[in-house]
Amino acid sequence: MNNLLIALLVVPALGAVVVALLPDRRARLVSTGFAAVTFVLSVLPILVRPNEYTWFAYQPGDGPPMVPWAEIDLPWVPALGLEFHLGVDGISYPLIVLTGLLTLLCCAYNRKGRALAALLLVLEVGVLGTFLALDLILFFLFFEVVLLPMYAVIAGWGGPNRRAAARKFVLYTLAGSVLLLLGVLLVVTSAGTGDLVTLTGAAETGAAELSPETQRVAFVLLALAFAVKAPLWPLHTWLPDAHTEAPTVGSVLLAGVLLKMGTYGMIRVGVGAAPEGAAWASPALGVLAVVAIVAGALICLRQTELKRLIAYSSVGHMGFVLLGIATMSITGVQAALVGNVAHGLITGLLFFLAGTIKDRTGTGSLDLIGGLRETAPRLAGLLGFAAIASLGLPGLAGFWGEAFAVIAAVKRGGPFWLTLAAVAAVGGALTAAYFLRLLRRVTHGPATPAVAASSPAVTRIEWLAWTPLILLTLAVGVVPALVLNDTVVPLANLLGVKL
Amino acid sequence: MTSQAVDHVALLPLYAAAGTAILALLADLFAGKRAVTITATLLGALATGVTALAVGPWDATFCVPGGCSWVPSWPAAATAALFAGLTAGVLALSVPALRLGAAPAGEFCFLLACSMTGGVTVAYAGDLLTLIVGLETLTLPLYVLVGLRRFAPGERTTTDAASASVTFFLISVISTAIVLLGIALNYAATGAVHLGMLGPAPAPFAALAGVGAALLVIGLAFKVAAVPLHAWAPATYDGAPVPIAAYLSTASKLGGVLALAAVAARLDTSAVVAVLAVLTMTVGNLVALRQTRMVRLLAWSSMAQAGYILAALALGAPGVPAALAYAVFFMVLELIAFGVVVALRPVAADGGTLDDFRGAARRHPWPGAALVLALAGLAGLPPGLAGLFAKVSVVEALVAEGWIWLAAVVVVNAVIALAYYVRVGALLYTGPAEDTGRRPVSRPVAAVLVATTIVAVVLGFAPQLLLGAL
Repeated sequence: MNNLLIALLVVPALGAVVVALLPDRRARLVSTGFAAVTFVLSVLPILVRPNEYTWFAYQPGDGPPMVPWAEIDLPWVPALGLEFHLGVDGISYPLIVLTGLLTLLCCAYNRKGRALAALLLVLEVGVLGTFLALDLILFFLFFEVVLLPMYAVIAGWGGPNRRAAARKFVLYTLAGSVLLLLGVLLVVTSAGTGDLVTLTGAAETGAAELSPETQRVAFVLLALAFAVKAPLWPLHTWLPDAHTEAPTVGSVLLAGVLLKMGTYGMIRVGVGAAPEGAAWASPALGVLAVVAIVAGALICLRQTELKRLIAYSSVGHMGFVLLGIATMSITGVQAALVGNVAHGLITGLLFFLAGTIKDRTGTGSLDLIGGLRETAPRLAGLLGFAAIASLGLPGLAGFWGEAFAVIAAVKRGGPFWLTLAAVAAVGGALTAAYFLRLLRRVTHGPATPAVAASSPAVTRIEWLAWTPLILLTLAVGVVPALVLNDTVVPLANLLGVKL
Repeated sequence: MTSQAVDHVALLPLYAAAGTAILALLADLFAGKRAVTITATLLGALATGVTALAVGPWDATFCVPGGCSWVPSWPAAATAALFAGLTAGVLALSVPALRLGAAPAGEFCFLLACSMTGGVTVAYAGDLLTLIVGLETLTLPLYVLVGLRRFAPGERTTTDAASASVTFFLISVISTAIVLLGIALNYAATGAVHLGMLGPAPAPFAALAGVGAALLVIGLAFKVAAVPLHAWAPATYDGAPVPIAAYLSTASKLGGVLALAAVAARLDTSAVVAVLAVLTMTVGNLVALRQTRMVRLLAWSSMAQAGYILAALALGAPGVPAALAYAVFFMVLELIAFGVVVALRPVAADGGTLDDFRGAARRHPWPGAALVLALAGLAGLPPGLAGLFAKVSVVEALVAEGWIWLAAVVVVNAVIALAYYVRVGALLYTGPAEDTGRRPVSRPVAAVLVATTIVAVVLGFAPQLLLGAL
């Protein structure tokens, strides 16, 4: 089973090499094949999920602080304290599957040649590595892997202003990741280890615990790094440009999984390595998260470009995720995890649809698109479904993350957190407002010339790419336990909460 | 005064290097064929590298009580081998130009081998005087090599190379004088020239020793083109033939770094070196943003990279392994970058403007990919894993010693640097892919690129090979 973790990285990496060397016409098939194998591999860890650590049988402090389902630990660069330590647990598993799925769908959808297909697979290596890494420096390394490929995807296949957008993306995110490097090295040199299993729950085991001041500095560095990636207001300004210019598959992967590296890192590395720092900074994080929710929604109300609107909606959704994390409670972080996955599914779908509409009509301007329902009822229906899922209708995936982030803030109690919860709830209502505005402008009314001239049919490959996302949005909406089933024990460890 | 015992085995790498120079001279004299001279020098350089690694750590020789002048250790052997490898690489990069007759092959090979001999001496030097003699032997042939350019009849002649040579010569002479003054003052204060005996001066002479150390660092900072002692570098790099610019940016810089490391590890020079480091990386990166000529851009970027090395050296002894590791990773990546410039430009041409490289990677996918790898590495990002580990080791050393502010300056500079690296990288893939400008890459150049790229990839995945040796 340990070889499985290595295979998860080797298969897409090998795929990228093979695809890059093949002629263009074979690229789609072969890249889809490699992505499919990776997806199957990404699902497999569920088979080794341990059953003995159910939440009532397990008390923190009983066993090792963190028990991955499967792990592999090899020395790599002892001089730098870097170990090739990978592992899967309940926190990372849903995101790993999501990455496998979205890359597969993007590879199937991609019609732009071998270079893009190869880059998608390289991106997958970086993202999977980030979610699998249990060593801080290794985490940093994989975090960096996605940087240049994503730059190339935007700069190579993007819209008219792609160069500026790509440059902004790469410089912003590098600025974030160098802060991550500082934070990670601060933790590694102060604790003497970069091993996340040792660092997580160090307060209970007493091993390698960091002083409160170090934790604060480290958490600020790490939180800033992840806030750029997530992105958290006010560090989000790279995101709309990148999304507007990126090709459809780039937007899907960027929104669907790359942003999750920020929120996942905040939970796994930020809270895991510096819990006291996180607790100290949580009010500030909460305020920023709520501002992001409201600001994202208000900006969305004024947007006139389809992809830009969806991009800004991501700022709001990531605000809910970060609010959940900021509460530092199991409910809150669970809300963050389910919100992460839901956002990946729904926004992935939204970007697929927006990209298709933009490709068909040749414009993303809301003034020029209208009456989609008249000419392309299926597409309009799907857009309606995705928009409603995104605004958090109960029964669809988007609901749980947002509702429970607010509930967790209420549970935290006190006037401060109650205010945050109330403002976040208002932000949630605004989310509904701008999505309904979007639907009114795009789907209702008479068909505009751009829409009337476009082809209405949804092709088979498009159905193939979208159906899994639609079904999973429904499934996670009805059974959020799909994501949350195995998160209680790891989260209790992470947060140092007694169950 | 007794004569010192000499251990000839310890000196084998030096013999091999000096022998190579003599071999080049004799081959040119007696065989008179370009191919023979070049092959002989190439083999000699490789033999030097192999000898250095085969001898490895050995008993020190030229010893007096308290110190030795020739200290074969693993870092010394590794860096000597690196000097030899860089020399062989630069020679191979020069082959197309030599075939064309842009420079006389015999003189070129002899001078390059002499320079290598100096490099080997620097690597093994155990006292300040041996160090400075080595450094001068390394630099002296370069004054000529920078200006060594013959023009075919009808070819447009320029004096760029000659003026580059004169600039370089004047600055170097001054810097050597400063270094010697520093050594003298330090000797006056402490009575030590051997590296092992360097240390704090007795109280009445502390100020004198401090001035000596500062002068020593400043003089050596000229060699690595640290700001504000850098003005010679861009003009010299751009005026020199591209392979020689590669040598200046790698081997010559490595000599300066080794000398600085030897001094910074033993004398308290943190303040001077830290100031130089901050200035060098910041100015280097900011000015590189505005460059329009390829070699100048690489020159400023390599200056900025030297700033990161200086940052590690500001820590004193604890930073030396990180600085050397960074230097080695950087040399390999830099050699790839210059090698690609040689490959993509007409034979014996200068580095050209950035626009000359527009779409180059579409016409030459493999050299283009190698350049992207090198640029990514210089920016410290995957797929240039070697560069990433280099940056991590420097930042880790800084953070571990509590110099977080300097680590922050380093990483901020990494962000600035990425701006111009991605500009060049993107340029390679922009524009028309028409085949008009396509030239076959000559075999020796291709061989260098393949070999260095393999080294970069191997070091990227197994950096422990290097970090363990330092």
